[in-house]
Amino acid sequence: MRHGVARFVMGFLALPVALYLFYVVWPFAQAAGYSLTDWGGYSDRQQFVGLENYVRLFSDELIRKAFWHNVFFLITVPLFTIALALFLAFLLNVGGREDRAGIRGVFGSGLYKVIFFFPQVLSLVVVAVMWQQIYRADGQGLINGVLMKIGLVDPEDPILFMFDPEPFLGVPAVLWWLLLIAVWSGAGFYMVLFSAAMQSIPKDVFEAAILDGAGRFHTFFRITLPLLRDTVSVAWIYLGFIALDMYALVFVMTPSQGGPNHASEIFASVLNFTAFQKGQFGYACAMGVALAIFTILLAAAQLKITRRERIEY
Amino acid sequence: MSATPDLNRRTLLRRAAAAGLLTVPAAGLLSACAGSEPAQEQSSGAEKSKDNPFGVQDGSSVKVVIFNGGLGDQWAKEDEAVFKAKRPNVTVNMSSTQKIKTEEQPKMATQPSDVVMNSGADLMDISTLVNEGAIEPLEDLLAAPAWDSEGTVADTLLPGTVNDGTFQGKFYVVNIAYTVWGNWYNAALFEKEGWQPPKTFDEFFALAPKIKAKGMAPYVYDAVHGYYPRWALMATIWKSAGKQAVIDIDNLKENAWKADGVLPALEAWEKLVKDKLLLPGQLDHTQSQQAWLDGKAAFIQLGTWLKNEMAETIPPGFEMRLSDYWSLGAGDKAPNDVYAGAGEGIVVPSKAPNKAAAKEFLRAVLSKEGSAKFAELTKSLASTKGSGDNVQDSALASANELMSNAPQDLVSFKFWNFYADLDKESQNLSAELMAGRLTAQQFVDGMQGAADKVASDSSIKKQTRSA
Repeated sequence: MRHGVARFVMGFLALPVALYLFYVVWPFAQAAGYSLTDWGGYSDRQQFVGLENYVRLFSDELIRKAFWHNVFFLITVPLFTIALALFLAFLLNVGGREDRAGIRGVFGSGLYKVIFFFPQVLSLVVVAVMWQQIYRADGQGLINGVLMKIGLVDPEDPILFMFDPEPFLGVPAVLWWLLLIAVWSGAGFYMVLFSAAMQSIPKDVFEAAILDGAGRFHTFFRITLPLLRDTVSVAWIYLGFIALDMYALVFVMTPSQGGPNHASEIFASVLNFTAFQKGQFGYACAMGVALAIFTILLAAAQLKITRRERIEY
Repeated sequence: MSATPDLNRRTLLRRAAAAGLLTVPAAGLLSACAGSEPAQEQSSGAEKSKDNPFGVQDGSSVKVVIFNGGLGDQWAKEDEAVFKAKRPNVTVNMSSTQKIKTEEQPKMATQPSDVVMNSGADLMDISTLVNEGAIEPLEDLLAAPAWDSEGTVADTLLPGTVNDGTFQGKFYVVNIAYTVWGNWYNAALFEKEGWQPPKTFDEFFALAPKIKAKGMAPYVYDAVHGYYPRWALMATIWKSAGKQAVIDIDNLKENAWKADGVLPALEAWEKLVKDKLLLPGQLDHTQSQQAWLDGKAAFIQLGTWLKNEMAETIPPGFEMRLSDYWSLGAGDKAPNDVYAGAGEGIVVPSKAPNKAAAKEFLRAVLSKEGSAKFAELTKSLASTKGSGDNVQDSALASANELMSNAPQDLVSFKFWNFYADLDKESQNLSAELMAGRLTAQQFVDGMQGAADKVASDSSIKKQTRSA
């Protein structure tokens, strides 16, 4: 009997596993292989160069710059997205007034949910193209146009948005503007995720807290947040992956894909340039492998740090 | 003409697909290997004669693949008619596509088409094709008698066309479209206001206050793609410092960017920015072109594809006219050299079954009749002389006029095709200079630094130019 089950399971899994091995794992292995060569990408000529490409990574100024930009997103994207998503989820689920019907969200929370979730429905490229119009750096841009009408921005000197490399808090302004889009487009999804988690917290926990005289502030920090720990931790890892990517936004929105003058360069944009314009596939593969290793280490560390005993309810 | 980047969803997906290939090379390699049996050489040749220089055989057929991009494919059908008039017994199988590399590369080693227009975003890397011996040198086409005029085919070509199609000393690529760059203005407006299009920066600086007085910005440019302003900056450098200085720059000669004339050229642009003669804001190519059409700015610098690209939004009464890039004045080494070159290349694969008919077809493409149709249909010059002579179009006519008065030497830079690093750096620095965040001196120092870095990097294969 057991034998039959094994065969049954095998039958189902063999094909997907084979596909996965062939289309995902094997290319990764190949990329790792190419990263040890000087392959140019357009011929079948390649020479084994050992770890030379990896050594080069550490002395590459552009990569260093791109790395710190990715680190900026790695810190800010999860931080701001989760903070905003938690705040919204809290308001929509338990932030409203309490009455005989018990705890509920603010008035009209169903509608807000749809509105906040909406960006998630759009593909990132559509989002980027839309924000291009919002950020347009002359009087026809949405933000510039409105601010010029009410006299807050000089028509001779519009806000430059994607064209602004001037540092704000030590980080080029263009990165902050990109961050705003990333947070705006991501917060809705995590709001829904956190809402679902909040709804699984028994209402009587909240009601007991309110009877004990806890205000919204204390309810949130003493009850909601600790009970959402697992969900937040997972969200943090997902957002970390997104922050390490950011490619679509940078590619569509910034001048010269990573400009102005490298001010918004990230790992993926340098990789793209190295592989497809410089024709150094070997070196580009090394970048990809390095990024993959970094991501895995980060996820492992994250899970380790946040691991705690679960609370059963 | 391929110089019109649209960062739309499709471009991105294409890049994503390309990026996918990076991680899924296995699939690409497998499909690249899948080919068919080599074709039989079809025509062992009819008698070669003055009227049939390649010995095309009656009853044979020729397969032609056209890139159906910004220029469309109607012109190619006209060329087919021209060809059929003289060779009625040769069958032409013509098809058009936007995916040249996707469709043609797998066939190149076994059974390629006879004529392939290698153009667009999905084109086959030309240096690879040459290095691998995958395409045919076309010297005999150049030496053949012209289709419907005196002399050889080479005699009918505009200057630069042979040079632009030559790789490693041999002529491989027939570039059929000819692009002229310069400063565009609205001739109707200039006439009404009594303004003269400037020839030098000084004349422009004198005219600028009058333009500003009309509530217009004197100049607008594309701030998104650094290579747009780069054309203008480099043209000024060529005019001011001369051809030899540019050859030195392309050949990474020591201190080439510090040669006489380079810095003053960039200082003229620095002054233009510092004097606030640019339209405020940072626009991309179509936005800036539309702003110019809307009369927000007097000048925009671009190539001759402009008219086709903006065809749908040109206001009535707007008369596009092209004038040469401005020079600095009396001290210039080559003030009248025009920025122009041939693009949209056609190649004949080495393994093509009917190379004779392929070359014959190209001879028809370069005919007087075919070229005139090309110019008429695409509003772009063909790379043969006089293609725009009979076209009633002010934009094309002005480009034609500019070319007919041009000296033999044409402005041409090679370093950004030679080295991706210098391409990126020069684009970035051009954009920074135009944004007013960089001085001319910093530009020169930055480019010299980048050039030195490339020169000393042994992992980068060096290239040189002599002319």
